[in-house]
Amino acid sequence: MDEALVRSLTPGVLTILVRRGADFAAAEDAVQDALVEAFRVWPAAPPRDPKGWLVTVAWRKFLDQARADSARRRREDLVEDEPTPGPAPGVDDTLQLYFLCAHPSLTPSSAVALTLRAVGGLTTRQIARAYLVPEATMAQRISRAKRTVSGVRFDRPGDVATVLRVLYLVFNEGYSGDVDLAAEAIRLTRQLAAAIDHPEVAGLLALMLLHHARRASRTAPDGSLVPLAEQDRGRWDTRMIAEGIGILQSALARDRLGEFQAQAAVAALHADAPTAGETDWVQIVEWYDELARLTDSPVVRLNRAVALGEADGPRAGLAALAALDDSLPRYAAVAAYLHERDGDPDTAARLYAEAARTAPNLAERDYLTRQAARLNAARRR
Amino acid sequence: MAKYLLLKHYRGAPAAVNDVPMDQWTPEEISAHLQFMRDFADRLEKTGEFVDGQALAPEGAWVRYDGEGRPPVTDGPFAETKDLIAGWMIIDVDGYDRAVELAGELSAAPGAGGKPIHEWLEVRPFLAAHPTVTE
Repeated sequence: MDEALVRSLTPGVLTILVRRGADFAAAEDAVQDALVEAFRVWPAAPPRDPKGWLVTVAWRKFLDQARADSARRRREDLVEDEPTPGPAPGVDDTLQLYFLCAHPSLTPSSAVALTLRAVGGLTTRQIARAYLVPEATMAQRISRAKRTVSGVRFDRPGDVATVLRVLYLVFNEGYSGDVDLAAEAIRLTRQLAAAIDHPEVAGLLALMLLHHARRASRTAPDGSLVPLAEQDRGRWDTRMIAEGIGILQSALARDRLGEFQAQAAVAALHADAPTAGETDWVQIVEWYDELARLTDSPVVRLNRAVALGEADGPRAGLAALAALDDSLPRYAAVAAYLHERDGDPDTAARLYAEAARTAPNLAERDYLTRQAARLNAARRR
Repeated sequence: MAKYLLLKHYRGAPAAVNDVPMDQWTPEEISAHLQFMRDFADRLEKTGEFVDGQALAPEGAWVRYDGEGRPPVTDGPFAETKDLIAGWMIIDVDGYDRAVELAGELSAAPGAGGKPIHEWLEVRPFLAAHPTVTE
């Protein structure tokens, strides 16, 4: 049984229940129950019409629950009095679900959890494992999220930018537990790109594909981090890179540049270089200029300083760095790298050790400690 | 079974025998150390004694309540704190002797020169949530 295929039916089934008059929270629970049952019985008895099967079972679960809640009167009122909302013109059901699950009234962690469950069809247990929290905690987070959006009209379009931020958060969580969140984020973004024609959705999809294509080369067998310049480019997924570049090019042709397209353009320039030495740093600096114009983010300026250090030499990079706040995350790591390239291993070693102390994760900390150790060991010889 | 917390300190524990900061080791010595730590956790998972392990960043802050309607008071990052936790491992073992045995093995992680660090680890038993039936 193809689990991803089954899960891809989730948004369609859920919106059918909502259209029949079920409220979102109850419908979502019913779909989740139906999915769990599908995973239990389908391997032995696969249905001829999987979506029809899910709709039937989910609707039955919904009715059972409505009765059990002694909410019978309410249900009858719902079904009899309220007209079933008709399709909103030009707005896809699946798209509405994305908007609802990424609603601005939700906190980022709630929006992520709700999206993975209601759009992605993951079980609460899978989501909990992926985020390393107890299942009961995740169940609470999801039910609170559903209460938060319970009053939101289902037929109003939302802001695509909020949806993209949620999907990007999922992508960056990477891989832990039995669910590959990066792959799941790509699947959900692909599904979104099919539902809405928007250059930034395409830009995010391209960015994800271009990053994901390098994943196998990003860590050594012992789990340590391999920086871009030292990655084995033969292990990059060229098919995925080609797809990402194709999607990006048609998005850029629309001439509505946004932050994800610009980030994808940087990723594409890296992916395009046969060797690290052949990277087109001049163009990368230009894209960072665009990004700085679009976002005015200090993190972008930090990345730009690295690119400038490659394009115009470490002195130029250090000069750009001097204009930035030294409390920025990864500032010390960038400074260390540029000082080493500038021929000052003592300063670089000190800065690498400092960067390791403030590293945001273990893999980076170990990498930075190793860099400091490498320079210190060379100096002792 | 009983749970124990093995605490590793950045500062505050008595000095280790082989007490050299990690950025003064060779990259190979760092690799060997990290491999040892991974192998140790893997082995405890296989014996069914591993519960959890996490590392902590060295910088944090003190925070306390400052009265109704006021934001909490923060103090830090605290560079001058005497005791600083670097990380922990929680194990679920048959008893104190096994916890001490495992802490001893963990303390033998290789450091500078490939020699054991002999660092001091703090072993703290969990207070069980359920009273032991003694009748």
